[in-house]
Amino acid sequence: MAKQLTILFSTLLFFTISANAQDVVKGKKIYETRCLACHQADGGGVPNMNAPLDGSSNLVGNNIARLVKIIRGGYSEKIALDGYYYNNVMTANPDLKDEDIANVLSYVRNSWSNKASKVTVAQVQAVKNKK
Amino acid sequence: MKNLKTIIFFAVVILALNLNAQNNAGLKLPEGFKATLFADTIGSARHIAITKSGVVFAKLMYPNKAGKSIIRLEDVNKDGIADKINGWANYGGTGIIIKGKDLYATSDNDVYLYQLNDKDEVVNPLSPKTIVKGLIAKNQHASKSITLDGDNNVYVNIGAYSNACQEKDRTPGSKGMMPCPILDSAGGIWKFSGTKENQVYGDGKRYATGLRNVVGLDWNTQSNSLFVMQHGRDQLNSFYPTLYNDAQNAELPAETMYELHEGDNAGWPYVYFDPYQKKKILAPEYGGDGKKEGGENALNPTVFFPAHMAPNGLLFYTGDQFPAKYKNGAFIAFHGSWNRAPLPQEGYFVAFVPFKDGKPNGEWEIFANGFSGLAEGEKVTNVRKVKSRPCGLAQGPDGSLYVSDDARGSIFKISYAK
Ligand code: HEC
Repeated sequence: MAKQLTILFSTLLFFTISANAQDVVKGKKIYETRCLACHQADGGGVPNMNAPLDGSSNLVGNNIARLVKIIRGGYSEKIALDGYYYNNVMTANPDLKDEDIANVLSYVRNSWSNKASKVTVAQVQAVKNKK
Repeated sequence: MKNLKTIIFFAVVILALNLNAQNNAGLKLPEGFKATLFADTIGSARHIAITKSGVVFAKLMYPNKAGKSIIRLEDVNKDGIADKINGWANYGGTGIIIKGKDLYATSDNDVYLYQLNDKDEVVNPLSPKTIVKGLIAKNQHASKSITLDGDNNVYVNIGAYSNACQEKDRTPGSKGMMPCPILDSAGGIWKFSGTKENQVYGDGKRYATGLRNVVGLDWNTQSNSLFVMQHGRDQLNSFYPTLYNDAQNAELPAETMYELHEGDNAGWPYVYFDPYQKKKILAPEYGGDGKKEGGENALNPTVFFPAHMAPNGLLFYTGDQFPAKYKNGAFIAFHGSWNRAPLPQEGYFVAFVPFKDGKPNGEWEIFANGFSGLAEGEKVTNVRKVKSRPCGLAQGPDGSLYVSDDARGSIFKISYAK
């Protein structure tokens, strides 16, 4: 019984890990085609122009709804981000599926020096305001 | 012991000064030129201007730590390094220009005029005249740069608050608006009186249109005309991946210099200039496919440069210090690209184009390089880590060239020693 449980457990664990790895791979692909142009390969952005994602306190914070809205609707507010302003307009991604948004956010929240929880599809779905 | 410390301290200072002089403040220059770090970490120095007595003024994009946004720098002991630095004003901006004792500076909405006294100190730091007010500034291409002609007129760049005048800016699949309504109040150069106060749009005139965003501009006294450097559009590959791959986006469109006369149109947003086909190509937002030409009535560039390098400063050199080939030629400060990613970035240098009688007279070349702080030949891939980004240019009374940098906040002074 114990042995069976262990097998079941490891199988589950295996699937969870590979599913997670899959998310990150998919998220990375989206990042490269849709985000890298502005936020750059190192996630460092462009000073005064495109906000950095590496080291962004908002990005690794708990306000997932704000992040989802930014990805869907684009972003251009004259609000200081970690003390700095950015003079560019972020592209909206109205065509990205909830799953894609979860994947790309999970990827950027766990790339470079960032470490934060993964974003789930349920969390993305919960943000009803599609603007 | 205390003596020893003092000696070591001075030895280090002398060594540092020597190194600064020897390694040209980290810059790579043509034979015979040298550079000093005239100032460092003064804040986000955009454009600079210099009085006849050699006092340098820098406009900061944001107020610095002391809350000042126009910085006055004087080199009292004439060693090539500013030793008396102070400032005033609390609004960010890019433009600054001096004529005699008149100092014009810009916020993103307004043009102000300050008065200097016979020591080139500002007389009215808190009460400038407002020359122009209420110009459009949205969260893109908002900075206003300025120059003057010989007739007391001020030319102001009003950048388009858009990449390609799409119905929804920077959104894949969104069409270009026809006609582009942005051009009524932005995307061009406006001409105002340099002396009348409180002018608004209606008091000036749209001098030239179809310019996405100009940061570097200068009046050429030989041709008696305005020259500007346009920042070309971004993201052809992001929005039209079937027409443009990453490598094509990295090289399209060219960064362009135009000579402007009243009523001219440079073609944005309908066309962009392709440096390989050497043609004005219809923008994909307006039905282009990378080959179809357009802009029959639009200007051709006077000179063109590799894509995305962000020309932020333009200066026609009228001094006598540099060798003859530089006389009346154009120096251009390239802030450096970001929209070449995932390919390596370009720019981050000062270029030179020889001119004769107000027309280009030879190929452009790199004049000053090494601002990025990378080893020679190494390309920028992490824009955030770049040390200095050339932005503004000004000529000192002795003919030295000054280059400002809004990343580290430094000003380089480049001179020629016979
Ligand atoms: C056209 C350039 C551009 C593209 C493409 C782009 N961004 Fe942005 N992004 C920006 C700019 C500019 C800002 C800051 C805007 C502001 O401050 O007004 C920003 C802000 C953000 C923020 C908020 C950061 C903070 O500290 O609050 C996040 C998160 C973000 N972007 C993620 C992404 C992701 C993920 C993608 C790809 C799906 C993406 N961006 C694509 C330019 C871009």
